[in-house]
Amino acid sequence: MATWTPDPSFYPSPRMAMKAPQEKLAYVAAFDPDRKKPDAIAVVDVDPASGSYGSIVGQTDMPGAGDELHHFGWNACSSCLCPNAPHPHSERRYLVVPGLRSSRLHFLDIKPDPKHPKIVKTIEAEEIAEKTGYSRLHTIHCGPEGIYVSALGNPEGDGPGGIFLVDHETFEVRGRWEVERGPQELAYDFWWHLGFDTMVTSEWGTPKTFEGGLIPEVLLGAKYGRRIHFWDLHKRKHLQEIDLGDKYQLVFELRPAHDPTKAYGFVGVVISLEDLSSSIWTWYREGNKWAIKKVIDIPAEPADPDQLPPLLKGFKAVPPLVTDIDLSMDDRFLYVSCWGTGDMHQYDVSDPFNPKLTGKVRIGGIVSKATHPGAANGALNGGPQMVEISRDGRRIYFTNSLYGAVDPQFYPEGIDGWMVKLDAGENGGIEFDPKFFVDWPKGHRPHQVRLEGGDCSSDSYCYP
Amino acid sequence: MTIWPWLTLVGLGAYHGLNPAMGWLFAVALGQHRNSRRVVFLSLIPIALGHAAAIATAVALVVGLGVFLDADLIRIGGGVLLIFWAVYHQVYGHRHKVRFGMQTGMVGLGVWSFLMATAHGAGLMLVPVLIPLCLSGTPAQELTAAGSLVISLAAVTVHTLSMLTVTGVIALSVYQWLGLAFLRRGWINLDLLWTVALAAAGVILIVF
Repeated sequence: MATWTPDPSFYPSPRMAMKAPQEKLAYVAAFDPDRKKPDAIAVVDVDPASGSYGSIVGQTDMPGAGDELHHFGWNACSSCLCPNAPHPHSERRYLVVPGLRSSRLHFLDIKPDPKHPKIVKTIEAEEIAEKTGYSRLHTIHCGPEGIYVSALGNPEGDGPGGIFLVDHETFEVRGRWEVERGPQELAYDFWWHLGFDTMVTSEWGTPKTFEGGLIPEVLLGAKYGRRIHFWDLHKRKHLQEIDLGDKYQLVFELRPAHDPTKAYGFVGVVISLEDLSSSIWTWYREGNKWAIKKVIDIPAEPADPDQLPPLLKGFKAVPPLVTDIDLSMDDRFLYVSCWGTGDMHQYDVSDPFNPKLTGKVRIGGIVSKATHPGAANGALNGGPQMVEISRDGRRIYFTNSLYGAVDPQFYPEGIDGWMVKLDAGENGGIEFDPKFFVDWPKGHRPHQVRLEGGDCSSDSYCYP
Repeated sequence: MTIWPWLTLVGLGAYHGLNPAMGWLFAVALGQHRNSRRVVFLSLIPIALGHAAAIATAVALVVGLGVFLDADLIRIGGGVLLIFWAVYHQVYGHRHKVRFGMQTGMVGLGVWSFLMATAHGAGLMLVPVLIPLCLSGTPAQELTAAGSLVISLAAVTVHTLSMLTVTGVIALSVYQWLGLAFLRRGWINLDLLWTVALAAAGVILIVF
């Protein structure tokens, strides 16, 4: 499997990765909310020169039903070029695709036919539970010690959630990552600062508290995640926990600066119990510790209760529900998905403590149901959710479903899937590509997008 | 005494120094992170010392065993070990635990270099040269413990200086002028060559 020269999609630094060729294919996780038919990885043509631009050109079904495909990643990426643990002759060849509900882990080979990935291995939930004690697989990252997988709980659906390692060549489960867990109990996303030997993890909740949808008592009791954790990446020990406070709930996507010499990153918090606002926080190094500061507040919008789902009627407002964020490769622009209001925001975060709103579009939304020039029939539901940025920062792709059990709590009429693309100006500003609207086939809803060759949330780098 | 074993030690030192996984790349990365050419140079010291320690371990093994065992036995045993190491390197070379990252200090860097060289079998690769050099006295002069020690130290020093020179020149050139972009095409699979070198050394030991 080893190659003679490094995989051409590996770049030593984010600066070099920005010059990568334009992606031609996007891989999109698609799941059946009814859990009757198998979920799939869909392949979307994103090559503007192609006749099938903006349409699904391939699909690989999972072996069984009920996976709830959600996030996924690659077996190997640019961190293979790191000097302390080099694996430069591995290939970025396999998509590592977990089932959030089934806890199965699939490996899809894209090399023989990139438009029709082939499943080469599936690890069953039982094996993962036995070897790691974990279940409910979420984020995948390729990194210094192979493939890292976050899991949200144990097989019974309780805590603690954590991270386990999978061999990036043989795809064998190697075991639990944590050596010293400290006070950490809840899990969700994770990533790292390779330049600072630091792992960062965030919190959602235990599987029991979200698999049937968000539980209002748990939410209002501030029992969902509200903390962020810092770890020694190599000693695998918990170093520090920061509690954002009892009014902040659901600490989700973590986006550390791509430049490994910069010790800061961004995390989105879905909801404030005080006023339903969402917020973005910047963590940073202060002396020998990590610190965090809120840098963006996105308020809820007043709304007619008749237009709101039962969960929100009493609040007479539609919350922004920031459920995904993504940082451009040059660490300059932060994209923020407001799944409730239907906004996609672009901020200039050149100064990470003073973000400036530089672009905004609206599509879907609980109340607004905003349309798209490429949509056939008017009002769209769902809102901007999983967002991915091309390596050069000029194209932004996103889809509209959050999570099977939570979708109907905010969009009771159901969600009709779509995927859209924005074009971004070199110095900011975003607009819809009118020719790119994927009207997702009924029966599946789209979630995370991964771009051929890597994107802005797939690779980490050891060199500035 | 012939010059060839010494030239071989120099050549293998250069070969080890050339390999990004043996240290120059780490030195460059640390220099970039601290934005300092001085850090590049300083990092080379623990890298060279760690490498020397790994080589010295192999030399000590050969010389130490040479006191008790027949040279032929060491030769065959060394050959088998080298071939075993080549297979191990090929199959498990990718799964070493990562202990040291960008925040590591000079001591950590030295330990990293020692572990990296040991795991790669850098010292073992020298065994075919070390056996004739350290275990056989020239006809005119019987092998003595003291003589053996001097030759052993000289072998480690010669190899390490060669490795340090090559690694230093590359580290400086890359940090100062070349940049890292060439890695994308230029980082050929030295691990594969390395495995072949280990296996070849093993075969040479057994056959000749």
